[in-house]
Amino acid sequence: MPDLLIELFSEEIPARMQARAGEDLKKRITDGLVEAGLTYAGAAALTTPRRLTLAVEGLLAESPTIREERKGPKVGAPDKAIEGFLRGAGLTRDQLEERDTPKGAVYFATIEKPGRPAAKIVAEVLEATIRNFPWPKSMRWGAGQMRWVRPLHSILCILSDEAGAQVVPLEVEGITSGDTTAGHRFMAPDRFAVTSFEDYAAKLKRAFVVLSPEERAEHIWNDAQNMAFAAGLEVVDDKSLLAEVAGLVEWPVVLMGQIDEEFLELPPEVLQTSMKEHQKFFSVRNPRTGRIERFITVANRETADNGATILAGNQKVLSARLADAKFFWENDLRVAKSDIAQWTRALENVTFHNKLGTQAERIDRIAALARELAPVVGADADQAEKAARLAKADLSSEMVYEFPELQGLMGRYYIEAAGEDAAVAAVAQEHYSPLGPSDDVPTAPLSVTVALADKLDTLTGFWAIDEKPTGSKDPFALRRAALGVIRLTLENGVVLRLGERLLNPLRFARVHANMAEQRHLNASGSVSENEVNSRRFTELAIEATEIGNRLRLGAGAQADEAGLIENLMSFFHDRLKVFLREEGIRHDIIDACIAMEGNDDLNLLVKRARALNAVIATEDGENLVQGFKRANNILSQAEEKDGVEYSYGADVKFAETDSEKALFAALDAADAKIDPALKAEDFPTAMAAMAELRGPVDAFFEDVQVNTDNDILRRNRLNLLSQIRKVCSSVADLTRIEG
Amino acid sequence: MTEPSSAPRSFQEIILRLQTYWASKGCAILQPYDMEVGAGTFHPATTLRALGSKAWAAAYVQPSRRPTDGRYGENPNRLQHYYQYQVLIKPSPPDLQELYLGSLQAIGIDMELHDIRFVEDDWESPTLGAWGLGWEVWCDGMEVSQFTYFQQVGGHDCAPVSGELTYGLERLAMYVLGVDHVMDMPFNDPQSPSPLTYGDIFKQTEEEYARWNFDVANTEVLLRHFQEAEAECAAILAQEHDDPKTGKRIIMAHPAYDQCIKASHIFNLLDARGVISVTERQAYIGRVRALAKQCADAFVLTEAAGHVA
Repeated sequence: MPDLLIELFSEEIPARMQARAGEDLKKRITDGLVEAGLTYAGAAALTTPRRLTLAVEGLLAESPTIREERKGPKVGAPDKAIEGFLRGAGLTRDQLEERDTPKGAVYFATIEKPGRPAAKIVAEVLEATIRNFPWPKSMRWGAGQMRWVRPLHSILCILSDEAGAQVVPLEVEGITSGDTTAGHRFMAPDRFAVTSFEDYAAKLKRAFVVLSPEERAEHIWNDAQNMAFAAGLEVVDDKSLLAEVAGLVEWPVVLMGQIDEEFLELPPEVLQTSMKEHQKFFSVRNPRTGRIERFITVANRETADNGATILAGNQKVLSARLADAKFFWENDLRVAKSDIAQWTRALENVTFHNKLGTQAERIDRIAALARELAPVVGADADQAEKAARLAKADLSSEMVYEFPELQGLMGRYYIEAAGEDAAVAAVAQEHYSPLGPSDDVPTAPLSVTVALADKLDTLTGFWAIDEKPTGSKDPFALRRAALGVIRLTLENGVVLRLGERLLNPLRFARVHANMAEQRHLNASGSVSENEVNSRRFTELAIEATEIGNRLRLGAGAQADEAGLIENLMSFFHDRLKVFLREEGIRHDIIDACIAMEGNDDLNLLVKRARALNAVIATEDGENLVQGFKRANNILSQAEEKDGVEYSYGADVKFAETDSEKALFAALDAADAKIDPALKAEDFPTAMAAMAELRGPVDAFFEDVQVNTDNDILRRNRLNLLSQIRKVCSSVADLTRIEG
Repeated sequence: MTEPSSAPRSFQEIILRLQTYWASKGCAILQPYDMEVGAGTFHPATTLRALGSKAWAAAYVQPSRRPTDGRYGENPNRLQHYYQYQVLIKPSPPDLQELYLGSLQAIGIDMELHDIRFVEDDWESPTLGAWGLGWEVWCDGMEVSQFTYFQQVGGHDCAPVSGELTYGLERLAMYVLGVDHVMDMPFNDPQSPSPLTYGDIFKQTEEEYARWNFDVANTEVLLRHFQEAEAECAAILAQEHDDPKTGKRIIMAHPAYDQCIKASHIFNLLDARGVISVTERQAYIGRVRALAKQCADAFVLTEAAGHVA
C-alpha cells in the first residue's frame, strides 16, 4: 500500500487563502482518487506561504478491475441497432454473447475495465486538480496560459512504499513533476530530494520550514505569551491575527518591542487597530492599567543579531504609523471640542446610497424617528434626537477615515470630549449593536432608541428603493438589521406596534429617494450645480410632499405604501421565525400566532408563541389541538354544505347527554378565564384555560354524534362546535398547527 | 544570491545603483515621462507596453504627483511630488522575485539581517481600467515596493503577462539611509563640497505646490482643460488609421494617451481643490478610464503591440 506525497510550490500565497486551499486540495485529490477506484486510509493537507502539501496514506497500488454486463438488442435486430450497441460498448460483434431469454435470443456484452496503476490515476487527478483549482482569485504569469494564485514553480509528486519512492510523472504547462523541494527562501534556499512524507517534513524542518500551520501558530502564541509574561504583561488575544501571521511565515521568530512613550496616551483601541491593520502586530497589555505598552511582531527568519535590526526597523515603522494616528487623534479632538456638529454637516457631501441620498439625510431621518421612539423606550426625546445627530459624526473624523473599524468607538471618545453627556456619547458606540445573533444588545434607553431608529430607517429606506434581500444576497445586511430590531425590542421589552412606526420613516425615505433621483438628473457634470444646501432642500421637499400627499396621494399610492409595510412586516416575521427556531419553537406555532391581531407587536407575538409552544408540548394541549381541528372540520364541512355560518345560539337546553352539558359548562368557564387573561396579555393562563377544554371536548366527541337526523339537535351541536372554535381562536389560530 | 553591497550614502546613489542593477539585468533604462503623472505606472512604457505580444524590459525613475498628499513639506513621509522607480518586464521572468531581491541587496539591504516578506496586495487602478495580483514587499514591517503581475490594462487581457515592480524611492531611501524626515535626507554625497539635502531641493517647492494645489488652482480653468483633454483624445482616435499625407498607417495611440494622462492629472488637482463630491468622483474616474480604454484599444492595433497589419 503506497503513500502519496504532493507538494505544489509557488510564490507567496495570500495568508487568508491558505487554509481553504489546503482543504480544497485534499478534497479534490481524494475525491478524484476514490472516483477512479483508489481508496486510501487517511489524508492530511498542510500549508505554508509557499506550498500546498497533501499526504495520502495507504493508497491502493492499482484500481480494481471492473466487469460490467450490458443487455443489447435481440438477435436478428437490424444491423444499425447492433452497430450502435457495439459502439457504445466498445466491442466487436464476435465479442458479443447470445443468450436465451423469455423474450427470445438477445445479445449480451461483457465490458471489462482493467485496473490501472495508482501513478497513472494520481497523475490525471493531480493535473485536473491543478488546472481547475478553485482559488478565490487566480492569475496568469509569463507567457503561459495556466492559472494559479501566484506563479507555480514546482510540483513534487511521489508514491512511496517499502521498496522506495517513485516520482509520479506528469507535466502541467512546462512544469515537470519531481521529488525535490526547496527550504526557507533565505535561510536554506537550496533544493533537495525527499523519499516520503516523514522524510519531507523532517528535511523541511532542518531547512527552516515548519510545515504545519497549527504548529506555527502554537509556536508563535507560546513564545509571545512567555515573552509578555516575563515582562509582567499579557498578549491581547486575537485568533484571526494569529492565523494570518502563521500564514505569513515559514520559520516564525517572535520578537517583542517597545512603543514610544509619546503614544501610550492614545486610546488602547487605536493602538491595537493601527498595529494590527498596518503591521500585523499583537498588542501587549499591562494587566494592571489596561494600557497597551508593547508590541509583538513575528519575523520569518533568525539573524546573527537575534532580530535586533528587524525589531529596530519594525519599531521605527510603528512610530511613523502612530505619529499619524496621534496626529489624527489630536486634530479630531480639536474639532470635537470646538464644534463637533461640523462633522455631521460634512456628511451632507457623503453619499449613503445612490438612490437614497446622503448620510446627512439619513441622519435627519434617524433623528426624527428617534424622537418618535424615545417615549416608547423611556428616553428623553430631545436627548434622543441629539444623540442620533451626533452618533455618526465620527464618520467625518480623520481617525475613522483611516480606521473604519473604529467607527462608533471614536465617536464615543469625541462626543465625550465635546462635553456631552456620557449617555449621549455611549449612543455613538452602541447604536450599531447588535451586529449579530451573539452580539450584546444595548440596554441604556437612549442607545436602544437610536439603535432601533437606525435599523428601522435602514429597513424602510431600502424597502423604499426596492433593494430587498434576495436569496443569499443581502449586500446591505438587512436581515441583520431586522434581527437587531427583534432582539432590541424583545430583550428590552419595548412594546411597540411596528406596523404604525414604519409609515413615517418609509415616507421620509421616499422623499429623500426622490431628491436623490432629481439630483442625478441635474448632475450634468458641473461642479457648482451640486453645491446645493441639501438641508434646506430637505425641508422644502418635506413640505412639498406633505402637501402633495394630501392633494394627490391617490388610492394607488396608498395601497403601494400599505403593500410595502405589509411586505416589510412579513420580512420581520420571517426573521422572527429563524430567531425563535433557536428556542425550539416551530414555524407553524409562530404562524398560528402571526395570524392573530397585533402581530406587529413583537413582544406580544413572542409571548403568545412561547405560551402556545409550552401548552402544545403538554398532552392536554396537543390533544386539544386535535379536538379543535375535529370540531373545526365538522363545522366547516357543515357550513359549506348548508351555506350558512354556525356562529351563534347554542343552547344548553337542547343538550342531551351529560358530556354535551359538561362541554357547555366548560366553555363558559374557559371563556370566563381566557377573556380577562388575554386582556392582561397573560397568555400562559389563557392557554392553560384552553387546554382544560381537552377533557370535555374529547368526552363530547366520544359520546355525541354531531350530524344527527334531528335538525334542531344538529344545529345546536354545530353552534356548540363554533363555540369551541371561537374560544380557541381567541388564543391563537390553531388551524395553522401542523400534524 | 549576490553578496550585499556597501551602504549607500545618498538618495541619488540609491537611484544610480538601481539603474546600474537593472541595466545589468537587461532592462532598457528609460528617462522619466515628460508629463505630470500620479505614478510610474502611467508612463506609456508601462501602461501601453504592458499590452500586446512583444517582449519588453524597461526601468526608469518617474517623478510623480499626488496633489492631495501635499503637507507643505512638514510631514516626514508625505509629499505631493515624489519619485517612483519602476521596472516592467514582459513576459514576467520565472525568477522575478529573485531579481527583485537582488536589487535590494544592490542598494545595501543585507538579507541576512533583515526580514523580507511578500504580503498579499492586489493592485487595481480604476482610472486605467487595470488590475493585477501580487504583493507589497515588506522589509522589517515597512512597505518598500509593490510587486504586481499585470492581468489587465485598459480592459485588455495582458498576454503575455508583465511583471511590474514599483519602489517608493523616498521611503525606501529613508529606510536604507536611516533618516527620519524626508527633508533631512542627503540627496547627493554628504561629503561632497556642496552637500544638498532633499529639503534643500524640495522644501520650498512642496510649500508652493501645496498652496497652489489646495487653494489657488483655478478650478474653472481646470474643468475646461479636463473637458478639452477628453475631447482631444477622442478627436485623435477618431482619425483614419491611414495618414493622407504620408500614405502610412499611423495610429496615434501615444498622442491620445497623453490627453488621457492630462485628464487624469487634472482630475487629481480638482480632487485636491475639494470640488469633487463623492458621487462625482466615480463619474470622473469612469471618464478617465474610458479614455484609457480607447487608447489601449488603439495601441493594440499598432506595430509596437506586435500587431501585424
